[in-house]
Order: sequence, then structure tokens, then C-alpha cells
Amino acid sequence: MKNNVAPGTFRLNSELPGRFLTMGAAILAIISVVTIVSFITVKGMSTFIINGVSVKEFLFSTKWWPDRLPEDGGPQVGVLVFIFGSIVIAMLAVLLSAPISIICAVFMAEIAPFGGQRFLQPSIELLAGIPSVVYGYIGLSLLVPFIRNNIGGMGFSILAGFLVLSIMIMPTIVSVLTDTLKSLPREYKEAALALGSTRWQSIYHVLIPAARSGLITGIVLGLARAFGEALAVQMVIGNMRKMPTSIMDPVITLTSAITMDMGNTPMGSLWNNALWSMGLFTLMMSCFFILVLRFVVRKGGVVR
Amino acid sequence: MSGNVTAVGSTAMQPLAEQAATQFMAKNPNVKVVVQGGGSGTGLTQVSQGAADIGNSDIFAEEKSGIDAAQLTDHQICVVGMAAVVNPDIKIDNLTKKQLVDIFTGKTTNWKDVGGPDQKIVLVNRPKASGTRATFKKYALDNAEEAAGIEEDSSGTVRKIIKETPGAIGYLALSYLDGSVKAVSLDGVAPTKENIVTGKFPVWAYMHSYTKGKPTGATEAFLNYMMSDEVQKNIVPQLGYIPGTEMKIVRGMDGIVKNK
Repeated sequence: MKNNVAPGTFRLNSELPGRFLTMGAAILAIISVVTIVSFITVKGMSTFIINGVSVKEFLFSTKWWPDRLPEDGGPQVGVLVFIFGSIVIAMLAVLLSAPISIICAVFMAEIAPFGGQRFLQPSIELLAGIPSVVYGYIGLSLLVPFIRNNIGGMGFSILAGFLVLSIMIMPTIVSVLTDTLKSLPREYKEAALALGSTRWQSIYHVLIPAARSGLITGIVLGLARAFGEALAVQMVIGNMRKMPTSIMDPVITLTSAITMDMGNTPMGSLWNNALWSMGLFTLMMSCFFILVLRFVVRKGGVVR
Repeated sequence: MSGNVTAVGSTAMQPLAEQAATQFMAKNPNVKVVVQGGGSGTGLTQVSQGAADIGNSDIFAEEKSGIDAAQLTDHQICVVGMAAVVNPDIKIDNLTKKQLVDIFTGKTTNWKDVGGPDQKIVLVNRPKASGTRATFKKYALDNAEEAAGIEEDSSGTVRKIIKETPGAIGYLALSYLDGSVKAVSLDGVAPTKENIVTGKFPVWAYMHSYTKGKPTGATEAFLNYMMSDEVQKNIVPQLGYIPGTEMKIVRGMDGIVKNK
């Protein structure tokens, strides 16, 4: 081989297929993103351009009557109730999940690396692999009756929604943070211990601050996941199209409103367009989360 | 014969369509019939967009805005009654129409106001896509706008929630009644087959199967099977529906009832 083939030829022949393959995959990925984003944007904007609904009314009105007859005042599509539901549930889920996840990650990376890796990590990875419909069904069959019988209300509630979500987003936060903690230079910990810190002090004052970017990345990814989850949440929140006044009230989210109504509405109707606009809004929220991430990762210069 | 048939829509009609599809496929092994729920609105939307061969609906296509009813062919398969259903712990067997309207519009919020226990009323709605909701609203609530309540997109889930939630009220097609929830009478008239065929109990709907244009091939064969004695005399009554031939009255899409 080394005598028969000129070095250049050999390299060219073996490099080319790989190059085409990777290029092709990259182009395919870019095309699908561009197509999806432009399609949702065009459909989502038609509420405002074709139906003439003002963006302000859409985002800040709570009046959702997409099928009201003209003689009763005509249709109205204000989605504030849905936006509120999505944001409240996602935020509460992160508030509950983040502290628990941080503790799990510290346990796995610092306290008991062996036991953590052996038992905790597989169980948390398993949580990530459970389909969301299973979470929803467990929530519907166990959590909702439990809340109804022990805490009050009808069970279908913000509480049930964010409890289910907080478990679903835990793997995301834990795995990102564990990886960051493990990748910290050994010197950080050794220096802290050499200065006389206890193990707890070195974790609390040195390692967690140093892993800040991983922490924020995990939380933002968890928040994005929580915001976009539809099925499991829809099964336990009761889907009431009304502003909730307590954590025990049923609520509705953007994603559950879309899944409930999408099939029912004829293409091109105001109702259908409004659902696309809600989709566009969730897409913009994801973009926002990703931008925050990029910013944080660039600024979080402590690591590496 | 061979081919694929997709039937989408009404969950009130779904048990019937599923049962008929299973038997039809046993007789015609080369035909695949897929039955999906989603609600009557979904059925009408999907069939007029050509996404489904059959759109099952509890309402007339003309009653749904945004649907071009002229291009759809109506096949009325049978009739089903719909009734308000309550959690079995609510010891109420009858509600007047006024009481029912007040409950569903949110004016009455406690069962004690209509002669029941001191228990908060929990409304369980179907989404607006639902033909059961449309029928119930039109014939039981006189088109009063329902207050916001829990909303679930299948009749099966509604039944589960009403069964488990104290003080819950909702509405179901009679084909979904299995003893776990209690159907209440309206103005003293019980939702029975006898009262529906004579027109005494007003809340019922035709189960329509819509096709885009004239059905052909496997779709036509399946619809013929739905109208055959085998389905109409066996599956239809067994599952709690009423064959169209037994109705002593007819009702147009304007809601006007005439004797046959």
C-alpha cells in the first residue's frame, strides 16, 4: 500500500466520502431548522397580518373566544392565560428541581463518586428515558388523587403540573452540572483544602462558584424543557381556560392549548392561525433561552 | 378487496366505529381500517382537508364554521343520546333545565343550591372540538356559554375524572355509561332509549360519517357494512346507540323536530 499509492491520492479518496457525509448531514440539519422556523413564522404572523389582531391584544388579553359569532362581538384571541400558565409551571418546576439537582450533582461528583456513579447516575439517567406519557399517567393516577385527598382542591392543579415537571427536568440539570464539576481542575479543590477548608467549605465556596456556568446551563436547559413539555403536563393540570388564583387551581399552558385544539380548527381560520402564533411564541422563548445560554457560557470564564 | 380506510373524529362514535372496524377487518383481511378520536371538529376538518377517508361527527357539517359542507357526503349511521353525568356520591337524580344552565354557566357553584349535599361543583368540559359538547350546549343548555372548567379531550378521561372527583359534573354520550358515573334526568325525563326515540328527551345527536365526495372502494364497503343488519341490529344496540330506523322522529340541522 505504501509503495503503490501516492500519499495524496490515498488521503483524497478516503477523505472524500466522510466529507460529503458530514457536509450532507450538516446541510440537512440547517435546512430543517430553516424550514421549520420560516414555516412557523409565516403561519404565526398571519394572525397579525391577515386577521389584523394586534400583538398587544394577543399577548396581554385574557379573552380567548376564538369561535365567538360576529353578532356577539366577534372572535377574540388573547393568550395571556396560556402564557401565564406555561411560565408559572416552568418556573416553579425549576425552583423545586434546581436545589435537589445541585445536591445530587455534588453528591455524585464530590461526596461519593463511586456510589454516585454506580447507583445514582443510572437512576437519574433512567428518569430521563421515561416517556412523558408515562409521567403524565402516573401523575394522573397517583399524584392528582393524592393532592385531592390530602391537600384539597380538585387535584388537577399547578401543583400537580410542576411536581411532575420538576422530576422530568432533574436529569438535565444533574447531568450538565455533574460534568462541569468533574471537569474542574483538581488544583481548585486541593488549594482550598490546603488553605484549611473543610470539604463542605471547599464545595460551597470554591467548587460550586467555579461550576457556575454549568449550573446556569443546566437550569436554562431544564427551564426550556419544562416550557416545551406538553403531554405530561396536559394530563394533570385540568386545562382550565381561566386565570388561576392559587397553586391548587387548574391551569392551562400554551402547549396543552395547542394540542387540544390543533386538530379541530380548519387551516387558515383565525383560531388555527392563533394556535400557530402560540407555537411561534414558544419557539421564540426557546430562542431566548438559547441566547441566554450562549451569553452565560461565553461570560462564565472561570471554567477552563 | 383491499385498501386502507382512516376514520377520524367523534369520540362519542369511537366505540362503535372501533368495534365495527375490528369485525370488518376479520371478514376482509386485506383491508386496514384505522379509527381515531379527536372530536367531531377534528373529524370534519380532517376529512375536508383530505387527511382522512371518513370524518365522524355528532354535528352536521353545516353547523361548523370554516367547513365547506357542499363537498362532503353525509352518511347517518345511528343516533346516540347524551346526558349530564355526575359523581355517584351526588344523590341527585333530576335537574331542571334552568338548574343545569345555572350549573354550567357558573351561577350555581354548590350542590346544596339544587338540593344536593354541601359540596362544591366541579365542571368537567370537553374542548370546543367536541360534538358531545356542541350537542349538549345546543339541546340541554339552550346555547348558554359554559363557564371555564376542567377540560379533557376524550370522553373516557371525562368519565374517569367524574368518577373520581367529588362533586364533579360533565356530559357523556350514553354509550360511555358503564355504571361508574350517574346520568341525571332532565326536567324529569330520563335519558332512556324510549324517551329518545319518541322525542321526549331532547339531547341526542345523529352519528354522521362524512366522506369527501362519494365514497369508493374499501371506504364504501366499510360504510355499507356499518349500515348492514350485522352492525345495526347487533353492535349498535349492544354499545348503547340507537339505530336510525327505530327513531319515530327526525330532526333537521336547524333543530326542528318532525314526526316521521
